[in-house]
Amino acid sequence: MGMMQLFGFGKATFSHGIHPPEYKAVTEQKSIRRLAFAPEMILPLSQHFGAPSIPVVHVGQEVVRGELVARADGFMSVPLHAPATGKIKSIGLMPTARGPKAPAIVLKLYSGVSQEVLYSSDQNIADMSQQAIIQAVKDTGMVGLGGASFPTHVKMTVPDGQKIEVVMANGCECEPYLTTDHRVMMEYSMDLFTGIRVAMQATGAGRAIIGIEDNKPDVIEALRKACPADGSVTVGVMKTKYPQGAEKMMIKALLGREVPSGGYPSAVGVSMYNVATLSQLGALLPQGHGLIERVITVSGPGIEKPGNYLVALGTPLRHVLEQLGFQGDARELIMGGPMMGVSVASLDVPVTKGVSGILVLTEESMSKQIPKKVWPCIRCAHCVQACPIHLNPSELGMLAAKRQYETMEKRYHLNDCFECGCCTYVCPSGIPLVQYFRIAKAINRENRERAAV
Amino acid sequence: MTEKQQIVELRTAPHLRQAPSVDQIMRNVVYALLPVCAFAVFQFGLSALALILVVTLACVGTEQLFCRLSDKPTTVGDFSAVITGMLLALTLPPGFPLWMAAVAGFVGIALAKVMFGGIGFNVFNPALVGRAFVQAAFPVAITTWTPAFAPGRFTEFIPTTWTLPFVQPESVSTWVKNVAVDGFSGATPLALQKFGDATHAHINIDHADLFLGMTAGSSGETSALLILLCGAYLAVRRMMDWRIPAAMLLGAFLTSGSFFLLDNQAYPTPLFTLLSGGMMLGAVFMASDMVASPTTPLGVWVYGILIGFMTVIIRLFGGLPEGVMYAILFGNAAAPLIGAFTQPRVYGTGRNKATKP
Repeated sequence: MGMMQLFGFGKATFSHGIHPPEYKAVTEQKSIRRLAFAPEMILPLSQHFGAPSIPVVHVGQEVVRGELVARADGFMSVPLHAPATGKIKSIGLMPTARGPKAPAIVLKLYSGVSQEVLYSSDQNIADMSQQAIIQAVKDTGMVGLGGASFPTHVKMTVPDGQKIEVVMANGCECEPYLTTDHRVMMEYSMDLFTGIRVAMQATGAGRAIIGIEDNKPDVIEALRKACPADGSVTVGVMKTKYPQGAEKMMIKALLGREVPSGGYPSAVGVSMYNVATLSQLGALLPQGHGLIERVITVSGPGIEKPGNYLVALGTPLRHVLEQLGFQGDARELIMGGPMMGVSVASLDVPVTKGVSGILVLTEESMSKQIPKKVWPCIRCAHCVQACPIHLNPSELGMLAAKRQYETMEKRYHLNDCFECGCCTYVCPSGIPLVQYFRIAKAINRENRERAAV
Repeated sequence: MTEKQQIVELRTAPHLRQAPSVDQIMRNVVYALLPVCAFAVFQFGLSALALILVVTLACVGTEQLFCRLSDKPTTVGDFSAVITGMLLALTLPPGFPLWMAAVAGFVGIALAKVMFGGIGFNVFNPALVGRAFVQAAFPVAITTWTPAFAPGRFTEFIPTTWTLPFVQPESVSTWVKNVAVDGFSGATPLALQKFGDATHAHINIDHADLFLGMTAGSSGETSALLILLCGAYLAVRRMMDWRIPAAMLLGAFLTSGSFFLLDNQAYPTPLFTLLSGGMMLGAVFMASDMVASPTTPLGVWVYGILIGFMTVIIRLFGGLPEGVMYAILFGNAAAPLIGAFTQPRVYGTGRNKATKP
């Protein structure tokens, strides 16, 4: 790859960023396989950004795979569907990856049923209006599968006065270890193109770009061949660099535009979706199915059978690990990628819509990663040279230590930080900078809410 | 699965970190300074060796003392005091009395580092503060130069080295006369250039000698080549910001070049400016001190160029032949201000809409 990068000079990219080790070789050529159903599924009502769904089932009710179990609560919300055929066991508080317990529906599966999706209503997308498509997308319960879990139909709703010119399919997958987007693009490429058409139609965009990092040459070649001849969909190749998959970074790399501070990509005529989101949409929408499963990468040194698996949403972590030969040797369990994922404390945490991977890190693999000690900031400016948004994390960190959270926001653009973690990754002093920023943002938010009351 | 108690760690993202930690960086700076020290010993003999050891011990000892006094865990293990000691020794004349050198080390660490809160909090480069203190306290000793490559330098000390505390160092002029090869005066090229009118005949200093370090001067500042090589090692390992030395040398080159073009008789060539005195040592190892330099991308260039400019101005128009030390201290003082005015333009904000402090 060294030579590629040497000659890849001038390839689309953004300034700053980091080059963490990829750890993708283990799983990137492993085809997607279906994981067995767990005997019990946990369906948190808030698997998305926005208001939690409202249950429409009661305890003891029998549900069929694909059936609606919770409806959306308003525009900024999505419905939830049953991932398998079974009986509702309970509705109550269950552990979540974020920490505190949250309301969830627990589903006890019937063994020996065919687990067919019986609920479907064929739709001809080409004949549908923008409004109808957006409603149909909402009905699938689709959210951004890259990790943000932002409701897809909200993204497709173009704000008044703005015009979407290009749909971008984000296939960067810049997080180490994760290879789900890689496999989805290879194996579900027809669904992906269908999904792109849906997004273009919903937003009124004239063209689409599939953005891929140059560490996936097989995907680039395959998709280039599959692109329509009219040139409406093209493949944009970018340098492999973290966080290339952040929407602001990808727009800068491929279009040279900057999303205004505090704004959304629609402000520069872009509507961006993860490739996994679009390919799922392409598979679900024509049949009117709901989102009930997703592809995740299970990897890390603590797992015996790493790979890419199609997992029913709601499958507890315990079940996934059992199936894949987890020996109980784990120092840290991470849901998502190693740069932005969360470490979890309970094996009862389920796979939700936004989970793109499960990583099992062992004692051995962790020892290098944990800073032995935290030193004071030595102002080496490595973080300044790493921040993709061009913030000054060093300065922000010092302000955070002094609890000057308002100054951080007003003078040093704290709210432009999207928590990619580059600053913490490069910090020789081992300062958890990005965690300081998360805390600062949360406190500012609380203060604002308190002031508003 | 048999229910076994799993002990997992809960940590916040990112769960990956990059290798070099503060102590690793500091250790590598020490490695990079070792060849420079070795050359100093090769050039000036036993006295330089004793000087380096004494100053380093004084610095480390001072840090240890203050850690104990303030009941804090020792910070000696991060190697930053070792760097301060080595750098300070390298900026002193090789025959500098050892007790004065120990005072310099003590003042550097105590006044410039510990008082400000230790590593990461010093406003000024501790080594230079130590040197500035002894420059003011012992003006004669710090300008007493002895010739390089004196015969017998590995068997005997320069007479001033073992001066007792609070005793006037003896004059080295007779000793210099005895050891100097073919009337070599022991004066540094900079002193020759500035004050050397009638008394010194050897004004035509060879640039190659300056580059390789064949001249008199402070213990470790003479070989531009060696300092550049050691600096390159650090820059390649990303343990030093190459832009600061580059900016400082650029600033000095442009400033002295302008004066040279104005009057090439009165002013030295820009090349002489870059290769003489403490310019290289200052640029590579002192101006680049992370703690006391700005963090912003534009700021480091402003900072470096400012130091280069100030060095030349002090050299040409100040009362001293050398200006690197005061120029860098000046740059350190200006660093927070430079940083405040050169905050990077944040993605998605208007061009040049930098936040005002």
